[in-house]
Amino acid sequence: MEQTPGWVTLGKDALKPVVAFLKDGPGAFISLHCLTGVDRKEAVEVVYHLYSFEHRVMLTIKVILPNADLTIDSITPLWAAADWLEREVYDLLGVRFAGHPDLRRILNPDTWTDHPLRKDFKMAGVVPKPVK
Amino acid sequence: MAVNEKILGAEGIDKVPGGGFVLARTEDLFNWAKGASLWPLTFGLACCAIEMMVTGGPHYDIDRFGSGVFRASPRQCDVMIISGTICIKMKESIQRLYAQMPEPKYVIAMGNCAISGGIFYHDTYSVVKGAEELGIPVDVFVAGCPPRPENLLHGIIKLQEKIRTRKEKTA
Repeated sequence: MEQTPGWVTLGKDALKPVVAFLKDGPGAFISLHCLTGVDRKEAVEVVYHLYSFEHRVMLTIKVILPNADLTIDSITPLWAAADWLEREVYDLLGVRFAGHPDLRRILNPDTWTDHPLRKDFKMAGVVPKPVK
Repeated sequence: MAVNEKILGAEGIDKVPGGGFVLARTEDLFNWAKGASLWPLTFGLACCAIEMMVTGGPHYDIDRFGSGVFRASPRQCDVMIISGTICIKMKESIQRLYAQMPEPKYVIAMGNCAISGGIFYHDTYSVVKGAEELGIPVDVFVAGCPPRPENLLHGIIKLQEKIRTRKEKTA
């Protein structure tokens, strides 16, 4: 399998049309391999991994969202797999996906208001590992 | 436990010499029966559940200790074997199931996660640090990550001893 080195960074508004073209066009990137997020203190990156069986290429796309506006279009209408993957990114990082059919928490209790994987997440009761 | 070792709690049961009679206090007899037929609740949460399943399998055979009947309904069970990591989302369910079990009921905390949170004791936001933190009184702690099937069987034997030798609580 050929992994393209590095990644492609797209703007928020460009994501959905580009990804739709990649899926339906000659690239044939019909498989959404993974959808995750990374908290880079000043911004949150949403990372999409697309795989093409025909050409055996894995493509990585990143969209960088500023902390002030963590919203992006949902690609669930294109891939049903994105449903739960986007719910996980919402639950753990707080990114809201516009147009998602059922955006609610998936791993943490529904009563929670915090997002655990953010770098500034603090919780009472977490015992830090003692440093030797 | 060797074959000729004294069985704890069996002091009240006497064989009448020469015949097929046994003289016993009902208390001792009932305690023996309780210990010999502990029906566990199917409560596997994580990796320890796999070891519990293997203990129920033919090689280690939990059935020879009377505990082969795993029931899915808490109303029909005697012992809850909490095997696996307790996540905070599971807290409510455990407490409800424990409350639904009829008396006399016992709890075996199997595995390090059920005892104290195990390897998830540090730096985790979503794991309860042991079954005792939920307010559930634990009778036997079986340590291990995961404990071997023989270890769990040892825990069941210890629980049987505990049932036979302790005074039954009335409340």
